[in-house]
Amino acid sequence: MTTTSQEWKFTTKDIAEKPDLFLSGHRACAGCGPASVLRLIMKATRGPTIVTEATGCMEVVSSIYPYTSWALPWLHTAFETAAANASGIEAALKVMRKKGRVKDEHVDIIALAGDGGTYDIGLQALSGAVERGHDFLFVLYDNEGYMNTGIQRSGGTPKGAATTTTPAGKVIPGKMEAKKPISEIMMAHEMPYVATASAYYWRDLLTKMRKGLEVEGPAFLHVFAPCPRGWRTEPAKTMEYAKLAVESCVFPVWEAVNGKRQLSTPSKLIALAPKKKKTLAEYLKGQGRYRHLFTPQNQKLLDEMQRTTDERWERLQKKCEPT
Amino acid sequence: MEKKQVNQHMMALNGDEAIAYAAKQSDVDVVAAYPITPQTIIVEKFSEYVANGEVQTEFICTESEHSALAACIAASATGARTFTASASAGLALMHEMLFVASGCRTPIVMAIANRALSAPLNIHGDQSDSMAQRDSGWIQIYVENSQEAYDSILQAFRIAEDTGVLTPIMVGLDGFTLSHSLENVKVLDDETVKEFVGVRKLPEVLTHEGKMAPFRLDPANPMTMGPIAFPNYYFEFKRQQEEGMRNALDLIQKVNDEYAKLTGRSYGNGLMERYQLDDAEVAVVCVGSTSGTLKTIVDEMRQEGRKVGLLRLRTFRPLPVEALRSTLENVKAIAVMDKSMSFGGNGGAVYHEVRHALYDTKAHPQIVNYIYGLGGRDSSPRELRRVYEDLLHILKTGTVEKHVNYLGLRE
Amino acid sequence: MSREKSWKEIAPAGVCSKSSVGFMTGDWKTYAPVRDLEKCTLCLTCVMFCPDGAIRWRPELGKIEIDYEFCKGCGICANECPTKAIRMTLEQK
Repeated sequence: MTTTSQEWKFTTKDIAEKPDLFLSGHRACAGCGPASVLRLIMKATRGPTIVTEATGCMEVVSSIYPYTSWALPWLHTAFETAAANASGIEAALKVMRKKGRVKDEHVDIIALAGDGGTYDIGLQALSGAVERGHDFLFVLYDNEGYMNTGIQRSGGTPKGAATTTTPAGKVIPGKMEAKKPISEIMMAHEMPYVATASAYYWRDLLTKMRKGLEVEGPAFLHVFAPCPRGWRTEPAKTMEYAKLAVESCVFPVWEAVNGKRQLSTPSKLIALAPKKKKTLAEYLKGQGRYRHLFTPQNQKLLDEMQRTTDERWERLQKKCEPT
Repeated sequence: MEKKQVNQHMMALNGDEAIAYAAKQSDVDVVAAYPITPQTIIVEKFSEYVANGEVQTEFICTESEHSALAACIAASATGARTFTASASAGLALMHEMLFVASGCRTPIVMAIANRALSAPLNIHGDQSDSMAQRDSGWIQIYVENSQEAYDSILQAFRIAEDTGVLTPIMVGLDGFTLSHSLENVKVLDDETVKEFVGVRKLPEVLTHEGKMAPFRLDPANPMTMGPIAFPNYYFEFKRQQEEGMRNALDLIQKVNDEYAKLTGRSYGNGLMERYQLDDAEVAVVCVGSTSGTLKTIVDEMRQEGRKVGLLRLRTFRPLPVEALRSTLENVKAIAVMDKSMSFGGNGGAVYHEVRHALYDTKAHPQIVNYIYGLGGRDSSPRELRRVYEDLLHILKTGTVEKHVNYLGLRE
Repeated sequence: MSREKSWKEIAPAGVCSKSSVGFMTGDWKTYAPVRDLEKCTLCLTCVMFCPDGAIRWRPELGKIEIDYEFCKGCGICANECPTKAIRMTLEQK
């Protein structure tokens, strides 16, 4: 049974009136991007849902025994295992339904993870689960670092960013490796649904979240969620940076249904009117993790980063269906 | 006493096949596994059952053992009866998740085709893989032959899933020696197994919504499993696990007895098997299939008038301390066999634990260790007989030359 | 003050016994959001973005309400409000 999200029409009030499934009282930092994303995406659930989460910020802040911020069934086992857990839950429900031991109803399964649980330590389980075709939605809340353990670099940390394991030092100015194109990797799995979204464009985010749930088979949603603590940004500006990342084409938003990729409106507008594209510097300015780039000796690095951003943006546009 | 035994029929099965057959009959819901020698026949056989529609089981061919166990934990947490199998490096890869499985109180049944750990790479049988996991909170049962492997898998579901135990269980069978050797195995009828194993029952727990609900992931009764527990809470959860182990000690015996009434087959009291120990002056303690060879040697030596005996330790976790003590306290010299090593530990795991169990006895027997069979090295009956001869020598002289010995090692 | 429970009294596997709505994070804040009702157009952007669900739409009252018991004072609501109807002010405690 698939309902396309063209059928899911929602007004702001509809969303605002839905009770939170990610409850207040969690211990995320003030201004936490991922927390905002989590609270929001749980509003896109459409029925019985089970969430399994990898170790990380959102897992820890929401499940400090004896308190839980989850108003639905939730399981955490380890750092690598969000997708493996989802596989097990899906299989169990399938069989128990057949044997009449649980209600014969569809249950949406969401695997939730941050950078670590997706790009790096969790990649194997994710790839395996997708290859096996389990019916689940994997949501990556990307704050570009291992934030919970103290802001260490991840495969999702962009080039030039200072982290605690790639500090901006006298000899090496931050992380020297590019951000792993995780969504391209997922595209290469030829899976039914891959999409990127930003915490700022919440309508787009919700639509994609619902679509991901509706898809039969594996779906992957990559959400850009700034971390004021790790990025050294003002907590109040979290959404501003989530917007700038899209406007500067550092993090374009798109969606691919069965491999056919389309830019989403916020990025499409820039593709159609390239003058609207903001410079990388506009996005990086004000982020403590990039502060060292605004020195004369790092100008070259900054220029290179702008070039790479432009190149990736051009390549992406070519991969998308014509607008 | 009248025993109404059930219908059984003979099949030629090796240890792996016997286990797969037992799992097939036990109405397992989910199997998530990754192949590794010498467990491969278990997963292959089970795959055949699945492909032929002989079982109603979801078989997840995971991309690694770590994910296999993670999937099993999640499936079990959803309320499913779960089974898997591994060995050696695969079990080692699961290490992190073993603790998570026992911590999450998921009653997974896992067969381990005991095999040596790398490095160097070795695919043959020894017990280092599961001995290295003895702290992981899993019940550990070691079998002597394929018949016992079959019987123990059936019993394992009953033991693990009991709401007073709720502890995952690994059943170890010696790699290649048992896993790949064909034996006559008496199997029960499907209906008998169904009745014996039953359907998984779930305990009720208090959720954050303030109501009691069956312990599983269920949208109708949301609960949070696997939270972070700070120092002011963590310790209590671990104590709960220990209670599950304590309850297992009793239950393993009960299940063994119930199974004996049904089939005529009993494995000692379920915890250990006593062989010619009543008046034994010296005894060997052994885990696994080598016990079979040792029994033959005991018979031989008894013919010669020697008062020798054997204790086969079947349940290693929970360690049956009281039973070990009462069984062995009057034996004067004991040799403990270890098919694994604890480097730098002055002897193997079983040796340490038997010494620990017997430390407080009045008689305080001499206890020595024989490390043998590492990497699948075979021990001949002649070599094994030497263990008894050494014990008799200790008995005569009253002294021990060397506590830790290596049997069959080229020094 | 309630005593911590013994191992016999708690559910296994860490099944949580309390909802986090019993844990007030409101005392974390230094600055508190104050709404200017005349500027507010009820666009509900603040409600969408709040990471803590501390600013809520109450349909039965037709009002937006701030739950200061949970508000951590991050200021996202004030920063994103299209009509600048929210001001972060130093908390008086």
